[in-house]
Amino acid sequence: MNQQEFLAELRNALSGLPQDDIEERLAFYTEMIDDRMEEGMTEQEAVAGIGSIGDIVSQTISEVPLTKIVKTNIKHKRSLRAWEIVLIVLGFPLWFSLLAAVAAVALALYIVVWALVLCLWAIEVSLWACAICGIAAAVLYAVKGFGLQALAMLGMAIFCAGISIFLFYGCVAATKGVFCLTKKAALAVKSLLIRKETAK
Amino acid sequence: MDAQLKKGLLDVCVLAAIQAEDSYGYKIIKDLKPCIELSESTLYTILKRLEAAGMLTVRSAEHDGRLRKYYHITEEGVRRIAEFREEWKQMVSVYRFIMKEE
Repeated sequence: MNQQEFLAELRNALSGLPQDDIEERLAFYTEMIDDRMEEGMTEQEAVAGIGSIGDIVSQTISEVPLTKIVKTNIKHKRSLRAWEIVLIVLGFPLWFSLLAAVAAVALALYIVVWALVLCLWAIEVSLWACAICGIAAAVLYAVKGFGLQALAMLGMAIFCAGISIFLFYGCVAATKGVFCLTKKAALAVKSLLIRKETAK
Repeated sequence: MDAQLKKGLLDVCVLAAIQAEDSYGYKIIKDLKPCIELSESTLYTILKRLEAAGMLTVRSAEHDGRLRKYYHITEEGVRRIAEFREEWKQMVSVYRFIMKEE
């Protein structure tokens, strides 16, 4: 790929983002490619050294704030006709409640996911509590001379401790996973907005 | 390396690369190469962040018939490097403590 093709493709991939962001990034990469070529690299090598367009795009989208993307979206829209404004105003009870419902559902889903993670941690803590209490009970039984009961309690305590060690790794993985998911969801929402805008 | 720690380190690395004299994008990447590998898109993000924080200023100058952006460190940026040195002293003593415990 030569420099022009690369820049054209990048511009195309970034369309839908604020114009000043696009221009600034393109200028930055142009300068980078020129400087590499000045050092003796061929055009192809210089372009290849910049990295993949996909990576640049996803990084750019994650860095441009959501509000700015939305603003670009609105700015590019044509002005509304009178009947459209009337329709929007009259339809307010309908579309606003729908929108609010969708937002509420999204928020609820998010809270549920975190609640699940919280549950996992709660189970983890209670298993540890069981293990500790089990050992205490076993000691008590042993002191009072109930050998069999002491053994049973000890067994249960060790069983709980074992499961809780396994579950700990599960808890950590789940917490990290949800964090990752949140980031990806934000990226997806932004991408959706941009694609919508480009389609117009 | 921990992502948050790396982010902080890279900021200071880039500031250090422009401390002695004004520099431009590709030169910063080349200068930092022996110490840390930095991709173009990462550098872009760092430069933007440092500019927004007032630690560097940008000017365009002509070079060989085209424009090139030169980055100039501000007093705020110099202060950040000095701050980092102080922080690092503390870091080293923590490191020594950890190694002794092992």
